[in-house]
Amino acid sequence: MTDMSALPPTGLVNYVRRDAAQPLPPPANMTGWQGWVRENLLSGPFNIAMTIISAFLLYWIFAPLLNFTIFHAVWTGADREACLITEARPVVGACWPFITERLQYFIYGSYPLDERWRPTIFFALLLVSVAWVLWLNAPRRDIGMLFAFVFTPAVSYWLLTGGNPAFALVGVLALAIDAAGAVFGTVGSILSAIPFIGWILALPFNAVDRALNLIANGGIGGLREALGRGFFWFDLLISAAALAAYVFRNRIRYTEADFRTALTTILGVAVAFGLFVGVTGLDAGLKPVPTNLWGGVLISLIVAFVGIVFSLPCGILLALGRRSKMPAVKLFSVILIEFVRGVPFITVLFMASNMLPLFVPEQYAPDKLLRALIAAAIFASAYMAEVVRAGLQALPKGQYEGAMAMGLGYWQMMRLIILPQALKVTIPNIVNTYIGLFKDTTLVVVVGLFDFLKTIEAARIDPKWAAPTTSATGYMFAAIFYFICCYAMSRYAKATEERLGKADKR
Amino acid sequence: MTDAIRTPAFEAKPKVSPLYDPKVRSLVFQAVLCLVIAFLLYQAYANAVENLRRAKIASGLGFWDNIAGFPISQSLIYYSEASSSYGRAFWVGLLNTLLVASIGIVLATILGFIVGIARLSRNFLVAKIAYWYVEIVRNLPLLLQLLFWYNAVIKALPEVRDSISFPGGIYLNNRGFIFPTPNFGEAFWLVTVTFWAGVLGALFYRAYARKKQEATGIQSPVGLTAFGLIVGLPLAVFLLAGMPLSFQFPQAGRFNITGGVSLLPEFLALLFGLVIYTAAFIAEAVRAGILAVSKGQTEAAYALGLTPKNTLNLVVIPQAMRVIIPPLTSHYLNLTKNSSLAVFVGYPDLVNIFTGTVLNQTGQAIEVVAITMLVYLTISLTTSLIMNWYNARKALVER
Repeated sequence: MTDMSALPPTGLVNYVRRDAAQPLPPPANMTGWQGWVRENLLSGPFNIAMTIISAFLLYWIFAPLLNFTIFHAVWTGADREACLITEARPVVGACWPFITERLQYFIYGSYPLDERWRPTIFFALLLVSVAWVLWLNAPRRDIGMLFAFVFTPAVSYWLLTGGNPAFALVGVLALAIDAAGAVFGTVGSILSAIPFIGWILALPFNAVDRALNLIANGGIGGLREALGRGFFWFDLLISAAALAAYVFRNRIRYTEADFRTALTTILGVAVAFGLFVGVTGLDAGLKPVPTNLWGGVLISLIVAFVGIVFSLPCGILLALGRRSKMPAVKLFSVILIEFVRGVPFITVLFMASNMLPLFVPEQYAPDKLLRALIAAAIFASAYMAEVVRAGLQALPKGQYEGAMAMGLGYWQMMRLIILPQALKVTIPNIVNTYIGLFKDTTLVVVVGLFDFLKTIEAARIDPKWAAPTTSATGYMFAAIFYFICCYAMSRYAKATEERLGKADKR
Repeated sequence: MTDAIRTPAFEAKPKVSPLYDPKVRSLVFQAVLCLVIAFLLYQAYANAVENLRRAKIASGLGFWDNIAGFPISQSLIYYSEASSSYGRAFWVGLLNTLLVASIGIVLATILGFIVGIARLSRNFLVAKIAYWYVEIVRNLPLLLQLLFWYNAVIKALPEVRDSISFPGGIYLNNRGFIFPTPNFGEAFWLVTVTFWAGVLGALFYRAYARKKQEATGIQSPVGLTAFGLIVGLPLAVFLLAGMPLSFQFPQAGRFNITGGVSLLPEFLALLFGLVIYTAAFIAEAVRAGILAVSKGQTEAAYALGLTPKNTLNLVVIPQAMRVIIPPLTSHYLNLTKNSSLAVFVGYPDLVNIFTGTVLNQTGQAIEVVAITMLVYLTISLTTSLIMNWYNARKALVER
């Protein structure tokens, strides 16, 4: 009321404005689309020049591109005749019938026609696995992990090759030792990795051959023979593991929670390997399909998938090894990581295809696909190791110290405290490594595999489709495929990064 | 229950079983690891010896001095199909790799910086074009891009007789890119010497100017002087010496173009592919580096009264470079390693000549692949060492 009383009485002053004037709306050309154009495209002479240049650039790119892919494109036809330059059609764009006719070849390679439902199921399994693992709000993601990393590989292996009884044998042994390992707790869980490694080591030793041998000889005699030869080292490893497990058995005391963890581990491992055993060894009369018939997208996805599945665990182990206090472990990890990262992928492939067969006994030389898979797994692991190491380094030291102060052992600390946090912040970089790996699968052609890009290379020089634009059409199709896959992955990485960033922002 | 009984409440000196002694454990574990690796290496060695013996393949580096006997389409040093050795072929390949890598690095840096800055442009169109350039190029395999440039672009260039000709005697056709050969006259060494003397002089002048500024606060025209010393002086010498430089122009014949320097179409495709691919990655590094300099730095510089130019030169760029340089180096290394994809377009680089032709002719896979890997490893490790040294020097010293 004080300020009111300070005013002169009404009547003496005709007009005193009591309330503030409303701000005028900004000029029409400063808001809305006009304002946006002024601000973003025409804010100064330099900006105007840039806009004009960009517009020309866009026209220069998009006009030919649209003409090529749509307006001048040929959509139907049976062979090269459809895409040739004629009097009636002086300009020819993309030759799409070439793609539609060869689509099956691009997807399956030379996989037998009657058996192509098998890779199709593999694609479906892969799709479900990827969706289940990547979609962060999906129900029961623990089962999803099991599905993606155990069920899918096992079923896919069985489906695509036609089953392999020799794996059943290895699988049973692995299952047994794993169950034992799980009971014996921490030490056991390390031991449980041994048969798995043994199983991987046994892979190059041409398991198919041995399986046939086993069946031919029949019964225990065959089993013993199989074990006596190729599986000798594997067997030795298992024995060592069992012995170690026995020695450590009485030394570990369980709390109740530990016991529950052990039980779930047993169940998980049993389910995992049970599936492997049941599935890969199953003889359902599937026709065996040798890997030299596989090709196209199938090969690209297999190489990428195997690289992805193996690189994460191997990369984590290598990263931990590199940060280990044990000099020998550190040395070997550093040598492996720096060696693989220091050379081009193509030389790793050359090594796998030319040197690897020399390093194993002649009869066990791995087939081409396996060579490429080994190279991809090693290569991706080394890069993954550096990505994981960056995540480990980003954690504050207090996390390590806190874990140690709680009395956790090394593996408990890593499993419960460090890795969950380190891997969380690394997810975007992990996905970026996967993008790199997926792009690098195109190089497996040096080993002699027919991956997706190679099938396009093979098809585009086929005389049946020899036309001026066949090559460009083929490359366009490949580009669309790779771009969709990689761009989707990079968007996912970006979204995860933002999601993680949101959690850290308070 | 038994646990409680077995564990005594007090014990004078807890006796730790050697099984739980971290030192013993780590020693045992490392010994086992060494044994396993030694065993694997021994197995590999034994198998390799056995396999080589059976296949009757020689081992050792004896092949190095044998006559190679295959032609190479581009060599920077003397190489003849009839008389040069495998060792010579190796050097030819290595030099070709280094050639394409060094030119590629320069061009990719320029393009990458332009695109990286364009991504931050206030102009909507420019920023969007740069964004989609980066996204498309980064998300397509390099091999696909190389094959596209080689098979769909360069092979589709006109035949020799319909060459695209540019002013100045430059031709472009499906046999490559042809431009005039410079002929350096006898007195040209004078120009070269003056140029290097100018560079040296400019460096000295910069050091002198800095010292003077620190002592007296007076600034000297460093840029202008350096320009005069590096460009102006050699130019003057060049003119005084009677312009000892001429060009031999390529002559366009009916079926061929004679004379001039020609760049192979394979080289062009590889260079183009590598530059465009790597530039996209460099652009991302540059963008991240510039964004990493917080706005407060610029504002503080303005508050101190620095001009926009000085703010950029003294505050923003030095801090951005600290973030940009490490990824930049790794992209340079990637470009060098990716140049091994030359084998797919037929450019005679190290992998193509050595791991391709020489390996096929000699069959000595272990030696050949090992040497090739060693070369790349040496390049990578040397660069890493230099980078670590640089990083240690430039890193922010905290606490």
